[in-house]
Amino acid sequence: MATPEELAVIEKAKVLMVGAGGIGCELLKTLALTGFKDIHLIDLDTIEVSNLNRQFLFRKQHVGQSKAKVARDAVLKFKPDIKIEAHHANVKNSDFDVEFFKQFNVVLNGLDNVDARRHVNRLCLAAGVPLVESGSTGYLGQVTVHVKDQTECYECQTKELPKTYPVCTITNTPSKPVHCIVWAKDLLFARLFGDRNQSSDLIVHTNDRTSSAATADTDFFNIKDGETPESYACRVFDGVFGDNIEVALRNEETWKSRKRPRPLYICEVYSDAKKPRIDGSCNSPDGNDKHTASAARILGLSNPQEVWTVRDSANVFLKALELLLNTRQKDIGSLVFDKDDQLAMEFVTAAANLRSSCFDIPMQSLFEAKGIAGNIVHAIATTNAIISGLIVLEAIKLLMGNLDDCR
Amino acid sequence: MEEVAVEALTEQEAAVYDRQIRVWGVEAQRRLSRAHVLVIGMSNVLTELCKNIVLAGIGSLTLMEDAPSVSTVMNTSFLIPVEQIESDKSFLTECAESLKDFNPMVHVTVEKGSLEEKPDDFLNNFDVVVVGRSLLKYRMHVNSLCRKRGPKIAFLSVDCRGPLGEIFIDLQTHTYVLKAKENVPHSLQNLVYCSLEEAIAARWDRLPKKTTKLFYAMRIMEDFEQSNSRLPGQVTLDDLASVLDTRKRLCESQGMPETLVPDKLLHRLLYAEAREHPPVCAILGGILGQELLKVLSGKGEPLKNFFFFDPMDGKGITEEIPRPDDTPIIMQSAEIEI
Repeated sequence: MATPEELAVIEKAKVLMVGAGGIGCELLKTLALTGFKDIHLIDLDTIEVSNLNRQFLFRKQHVGQSKAKVARDAVLKFKPDIKIEAHHANVKNSDFDVEFFKQFNVVLNGLDNVDARRHVNRLCLAAGVPLVESGSTGYLGQVTVHVKDQTECYECQTKELPKTYPVCTITNTPSKPVHCIVWAKDLLFARLFGDRNQSSDLIVHTNDRTSSAATADTDFFNIKDGETPESYACRVFDGVFGDNIEVALRNEETWKSRKRPRPLYICEVYSDAKKPRIDGSCNSPDGNDKHTASAARILGLSNPQEVWTVRDSANVFLKALELLLNTRQKDIGSLVFDKDDQLAMEFVTAAANLRSSCFDIPMQSLFEAKGIAGNIVHAIATTNAIISGLIVLEAIKLLMGNLDDCR
Repeated sequence: MEEVAVEALTEQEAAVYDRQIRVWGVEAQRRLSRAHVLVIGMSNVLTELCKNIVLAGIGSLTLMEDAPSVSTVMNTSFLIPVEQIESDKSFLTECAESLKDFNPMVHVTVEKGSLEEKPDDFLNNFDVVVVGRSLLKYRMHVNSLCRKRGPKIAFLSVDCRGPLGEIFIDLQTHTYVLKAKENVPHSLQNLVYCSLEEAIAARWDRLPKKTTKLFYAMRIMEDFEQSNSRLPGQVTLDDLASVLDTRKRLCESQGMPETLVPDKLLHRLLYAEAREHPPVCAILGGILGQELLKVLSGKGEPLKNFFFFDPMDGKGITEEIPRPDDTPIIMQSAEIEI
């Protein structure tokens, strides 16, 4: 309970919340219980199953619906007498201009990306409205207060740029699982299913350009007339895991102080076993639902925590490629990688693992690969609950004009 | 400590718990799903705790109303829709139904009756018992039951008075995995906790000088409520004079000056009456939830043994009371001849 002075200020305050996710759900609940009566909430996202472990205002039946709207409805159930305006929109939308921001006494961020945070920071500075910033990952979280002319703003401290890797590491000399995943996602998957006209770093040449892999042929990755999905898949496999590596090995300089990779060919993987059945006509019942169609499941690999063998990975590579070709014809040429696209994720995991095996890098499970490929932020409810409490305490101090008490 | 054979979680568990499995791993999640927790009492901070552990996916949560206290949780809580406040169902039943909704994979039930009426081995059904606002003697009683009964039962208690909160933890003995770092491999660590009775019996004049004053203030409140036959939380500012007397008496018996506990602190505790400040409930419920999950999963170093929060400190404070090395520490400005 707040003191009477605090309560008077709280009840009259107009608050803008940006983000109705992990921090947002906890924050909206805490604000409502503390006595705030006038709240605007902006979030562009819809609810997903993986939100439900912590975004407790949402239920399974809400999957697909607007986070801002469902959060509002859930809170009004236990606090019907307050005003919550929910905007299912991007905070960068021009409707949310300086005039819009000026109506608030304080802005509270529960965002998950630097770009949006920068945007809100600038609007708060322009509108002269104090901002309480926050963020969380796993067990870690933080809350900071930004008041124009009195504290540093959000951008005063340089933010760490997202990790990128040198092109040559990805194309020639991977040494970590992430390098292989980036190769599989941004080079191979993109070349096979994305825009064909984009130049690709997938091609490997010798340094003196005297020889190139077969993959250097601009049509290499296009399926040939009369070619079956099976022979196409095998040709691609041999090209990227076999031929490309052979050519790379010819650059002696590169390997002077590095472990030499080993090329991998289909015939080696299947020397003593049958390839998975590829019959060109996929009759999988869920073949068209990108969230459930799965090559791994067909192959009996149902545990996403399990690390596949080279043979498993090859099986998934061939099967996923076949399924993608057969069930997504219209998307081929414009498909963008999405970590929640099951087939795409399986394909990328398989391809990354096969490449890893060539370079003696440990292979990853589907679960781990998804985390890396999708830049997934691990998250739990308790951290967000604590952060929400701290945000509200700071917000109250700001509203009371007690900037010196703010942490 | 290598992760043992990767038995698959159900598809539903894997989908819902994905983001937290990435924090603590599959094995810890499996242990949580086999855990049974008993929560005695219901208050705003306990609703936060229950939300957190249900979302995390414990095996079962049993709610019990046993120790009487005053709480404002029935007026507003995020667990109960306003239209259901007048319903025929008991408050705890409403809470249980709401919590089940948060995570249908958790078994949430209400246990009727009081602890006294239960068979001797009732507590053996649980891995953890959490007690909310209650008389000190009730908490000590439950704590001693946890220590007496067969398999080790963890005991945690919490109370939030306005913006001020206290958590106590007694795990008896607890083994946990200390994460590998740099050149140091994973290792098993062992902690030994004292009972609530031992903690309360610690002489004030032997505690470190910088021990948070909130510890002493809470003991004064406990003593006042007990001596005046009040329900915990049944206090107002009108009690200030009487509480200051209690302070005088306790400080004298503990060999400490009254200045140990500022008037202002007691004033704030009395002003709170039975209320709990929602942002502090969120913080305490989060800390308590996380401690509970550490205990159940065996991962991470748990708090030992008190945690305090006062927004005016701007930080949470952990105290170990009493300290294991029982060397007396001179608290007063005793004259020392050099």
